[in-house]
Amino acid sequence: MTKAKALVITGNGTNCEMEAAHACRLGGFDEARIAHISELMSGEVSLDDYHFLNLTGGFLDGDDLGSAKAQANRLRYAAVQGKGELLVDQISRFIADGKLILGVCNGFQLLVKMGMLPALGGDYLKQTATLTYNASGRFQDRWCYLKCDAASPSLYTRGIEGGVYLPVRHGEGKFLVDDAKTLEAIEAKHLSCLKYSDKHYAAPTMEFPENPNGSVNAIAGICDETGRVMGLMPHPEAFVHRTQHPRWTREELPEEGEGLIFFKNAAKYVKENF
Amino acid sequence: MPHRIEITLKDEVRDPRGERIKREIEHFLHLNVDQVRTIDVYTVDAQLSPEELGQVAAGPFSDPVIQNYSVGKPAASGFDYLVEVGFRAGVTDNVGRTAGEAIGYLLGRPLASGEGVYTSVQYLISGKLSREDAERIATGLLCNTLIQRYQILDAASFKAQGGVAPFVPKVQGEAKVAVNSVNLEVSDEELMRISRDGVLALTLDEMKIIQAHYRDAKVLEARKSVGLGAAPTDVELEALAQTWSEHCKHKIFSADVSYEDGEGNREEIKSLFKSFIQKTTADVRAALGAKDYCLSVFKDNAGVIRFNDDWSLVFKVETHNSPSALDPYGGALTGIVGVNRDPFGTGKGAKLIFNTDVFCFADPFYGKELPKRLLHPRRIYEGVVEGVEHGGNKSGIPTVNGSLVFDDRFAGKPLVFCGTAGIMPAKIKDEPSHQKRIVPGDLIVMTGGRIGKDGIHGATFSSEELNENSPVSAVQIGDPITQKRMFDFLIRARDKGLYRFITDNGAGGLSSSIGEMSEECGGCQLDLSLAPLKYPGLAPWEILISEAQERMSLAVPPENIDAFMEMAKRFNVEATVLGSFTDSGIFHMLYGEKTVAYLPLSFMHAGLPPMQIPARWAKPVHEEPAVAEAADYTGDLKGLLSSLNICSKESVVRRYDHEVQGGSVVKPFTGVDNDGPSDAAVVRPILDSFEAVVVGHGICPRYSDIDAYDMAANAIDEGLRNYVAVGGSLDLLAGLDNFCWCDPILSDRTPDGPYKMAQLVRANKALYDYCTVFSMPLISGKDSMKNDFYDGTTKISIPPTLLFSVIGKMEDARLAVTMDAKRAGDQVYLLGATANELGASEYLAQKGYVGNNVPKVDANAALATYRAYHGALNAGLVASCHDLSDGGLAVAAAESAFAGGFGMELDLAKVPFKGDAADKKDAVLLFSESASRLLVTVRAEKAEAFEKALAGTTFAKIGAVTEAKNVSVKGLSGKVVVNSAISELKAAWQEPLKDL
Repeated sequence: MTKAKALVITGNGTNCEMEAAHACRLGGFDEARIAHISELMSGEVSLDDYHFLNLTGGFLDGDDLGSAKAQANRLRYAAVQGKGELLVDQISRFIADGKLILGVCNGFQLLVKMGMLPALGGDYLKQTATLTYNASGRFQDRWCYLKCDAASPSLYTRGIEGGVYLPVRHGEGKFLVDDAKTLEAIEAKHLSCLKYSDKHYAAPTMEFPENPNGSVNAIAGICDETGRVMGLMPHPEAFVHRTQHPRWTREELPEEGEGLIFFKNAAKYVKENF
Repeated sequence: MPHRIEITLKDEVRDPRGERIKREIEHFLHLNVDQVRTIDVYTVDAQLSPEELGQVAAGPFSDPVIQNYSVGKPAASGFDYLVEVGFRAGVTDNVGRTAGEAIGYLLGRPLASGEGVYTSVQYLISGKLSREDAERIATGLLCNTLIQRYQILDAASFKAQGGVAPFVPKVQGEAKVAVNSVNLEVSDEELMRISRDGVLALTLDEMKIIQAHYRDAKVLEARKSVGLGAAPTDVELEALAQTWSEHCKHKIFSADVSYEDGEGNREEIKSLFKSFIQKTTADVRAALGAKDYCLSVFKDNAGVIRFNDDWSLVFKVETHNSPSALDPYGGALTGIVGVNRDPFGTGKGAKLIFNTDVFCFADPFYGKELPKRLLHPRRIYEGVVEGVEHGGNKSGIPTVNGSLVFDDRFAGKPLVFCGTAGIMPAKIKDEPSHQKRIVPGDLIVMTGGRIGKDGIHGATFSSEELNENSPVSAVQIGDPITQKRMFDFLIRARDKGLYRFITDNGAGGLSSSIGEMSEECGGCQLDLSLAPLKYPGLAPWEILISEAQERMSLAVPPENIDAFMEMAKRFNVEATVLGSFTDSGIFHMLYGEKTVAYLPLSFMHAGLPPMQIPARWAKPVHEEPAVAEAADYTGDLKGLLSSLNICSKESVVRRYDHEVQGGSVVKPFTGVDNDGPSDAAVVRPILDSFEAVVVGHGICPRYSDIDAYDMAANAIDEGLRNYVAVGGSLDLLAGLDNFCWCDPILSDRTPDGPYKMAQLVRANKALYDYCTVFSMPLISGKDSMKNDFYDGTTKISIPPTLLFSVIGKMEDARLAVTMDAKRAGDQVYLLGATANELGASEYLAQKGYVGNNVPKVDANAALATYRAYHGALNAGLVASCHDLSDGGLAVAAAESAFAGGFGMELDLAKVPFKGDAADKKDAVLLFSESASRLLVTVRAEKAEAFEKALAGTTFAKIGAVTEAKNVSVKGLSGKVVVNSAISELKAAWQEPLKDL
């Protein structure tokens, strides 16, 4: 059987590479390599050798030009040494090859700003949505209930019943789109797979703090039409064991944290399809 | 020709930054404005074609979904006043740097030398305002004129002049590389003028020691051989001033102290540091014997203890008070990214696993007049909180523990304590990672940021009181991303064994880091002209002492230098060889071919005789209020819950990422609604293990008003009991002491110096007395001794403050306990005795008193309680545990109850009391802050086993957790004296700071 191989990119301000790699391993990946962006740009590491790309949390370039903007620009224009191609060519090929990308928090901001989400009609290089400053104007670290759309094509959220409880840790998590048509398409195609909700996962909410940032339609995470590329502001890699839950000392919880399912689903998909 | 690119939000998009400014204008300045909108301005000082400028504006500089851009044309409209705020020349502009890099990627060519991008922000203010109002908004809120510049335009002038003209805040360097010599053969007055005017902070005695050195015939002969004259160069004088500064040399802690205890006893103390702090650790380690787990104490940038066979634990806490007083944001940001470099520069380098932060401020709602130059406490609060937020969050290091302490004397100087812990493999390439050395011939390499005029005289300036003329250049702004890139590179270089020694560049810059490194091998030879500069025109002495941030100094063996430099290049980190280490005994600085400093290391590091400081203790006597008996204390309890020192700090804490890296076990907030205040933090640094690090702290400056001995004793006990409460082990733990004092040196300005020095002596005595009993070695610490404000008329001295941090281990994180009551029917126990110790309590402070009965810590009783409790915790007998501190039992019970979402019924008659029965009163039992007490809830079926585990210690069952959501306390008379719904108690506790 194929070895399921995950790649976690770090460098220039990415912060969650250790726990993302840990979650990949727990989720069933045979290998989870943390590669510095300079190793991709020098050609030492190639996306082609992996199945699952993790763009994880952090503050790329300090979010200095707006979250993940500078890295979006870098990935778009930086050349891979000695390969005669741009990094973005590798990424496009990765998607075309049917492989998987998960962007969490800063990684979600990066995907959206590169145009890789929602990528309506398969155009992965046209930005139609964004993530900007929370309505509160403040960074927030708090746990949120996320209602899951069972009809979503996202392969990561398969098997989630009702919703998941995960932490958000961001200052720029307010999801906005360029026009009403984009939003309609996202909703009609069930791409908005996770929405901030009440604790019973009954309905999406615009109320703070349940909705920590004021995202339009309470959107916390979206996927592309293939379901293989997904981004979300909450951190699934931050809840893979019960001791990470804020109330684990008072609630009876299973050993495994609710965020692990994203990585298990990814590993399962890779093993079934490659 | 510079170009302005302006980025505006589309009309339908909300502008949270503008909205916040509008609120702050109303809140701080009491001015009504209709609206504030903001525009980001990039001034591109580079050769770009119009097409390229358009690409840059449309690409990395703006977000097409929510923003519009405008190149070379003003975008502002529909305002009454426009205020544009940008940095002054030479101030770190992180966004500008990133913008410049982005242009490089976009165009496929980096900006040329001298080209750059500079950012500013336009605030468009609508409302009925006068020009004076706009001026107040600009200087009172939007712009810190120390580091920023601003301009104000009303709508008419804006139109008339066609917008804001491009302005490039570039340092205009006249290439002066002159080295001056300074004639010290002058009068004493002249010597002092040289020290004062040069911000050298050297005393007359020190100046005369230097003068004498330059009269030594042997010295003169050696100088002649390298082409130097008799008089010291400015480079030498500056290097000595840095090395000998209070900040770097800790002269007060090394001094000979003559201490009188107020009862006729006299004691001669040779160095407080050696006599109390080092001795504590030495005695604890000797007692531990084979079980000693200390690996590196006091000698490196941070302390190192064993974590397990494979990993070592590193911890350091620093202060950054003076810079935070001048520029709260930049000062605090630099504080956190600065202390990050300490564990990173310890041993061969540690991976950073968490930050801690403790801030001491004046009341943010302070309404009285303040001396000129002091920023309003609210601005300090906002700036510091944001600085640490950016520094910690952007660096990817969770901020797991901290507190905010309020006292109006902190208006004189805020205290900003920042701590960072790290772990490193116990061995790297078969060598212990906590050890490092330098071999003569190793190359001196500096990595990271470039050198500028920022942070010149930081070390000497912070060794003086804050005054009206405090230098602008002392302020720096940190850049977490440059540092993060450097750490990403260096940790990989460490694992490849590419360098032999690493240390950070902090206070004193290269003069300190290279000076200290030179001691390792006996000398150095360094060419200052090789150092990479942010802009030309720095004099050699400026290069040597600049505290420009994000730099590490390393010793790289010559055989590894090519690999090291190649790897640095690949990781986009600047690294420069500046010279080499020698065994010449000389700190030898060159500028090109020319020698500019030639200082014997023996003189630099041992040339200074200890100061002689008198210390005289006289116990203060305060008015002793009669504790009024009342029928009901519910109002008092709510008042305490709403006091600044006790109330919820959630609005601040949620701005700090406390979970990144994935190891969070006990978070800052806990309980049914995730909003109860945890006592300490538990973190798993290695994700596939349940071994955990526990960290807590204690701080109680108010107690210094009675006796700094008890202030220190209580801080130590509070740190330890917070640590123990969540599950920290008593067999593997360490303490860190951070002293922040007011100037204790007798002078015209400080006639009460001997008293303040006696306070310092007493605090040190407490450190030894308690830490030895607790078997808690001190592994690192820091002192900041000049926390005063003086403008010639008003003097504000902070209360002497010890922050005591405790770090240690928990074998199994799954046994951790939190402070929230867990279920109805659980039994409530109070561990430890309560006494009439309302002195300097929050309760008396609310009533306007200090009192005299400060809590006394009984170390042996405390230890017995903690050991027994830890045994019960490990046996799984504890449902919840909350420490008693500010506000005593009543506050702890209320917090435990509302955090858990249950009620609590307590009976004061059952509280174990120590002392005169006549002092046993309801108010004392409710609000006394007696030390070493824990409030514990236990499942009913485990109560018997719990009592057995605690046998032999002072404790009692004082009540139960109830389904009814009410806290109800029966007084000594049998009548209920506190009765309130938990929702009301929680609301009182959450109210004060929730909107900040």
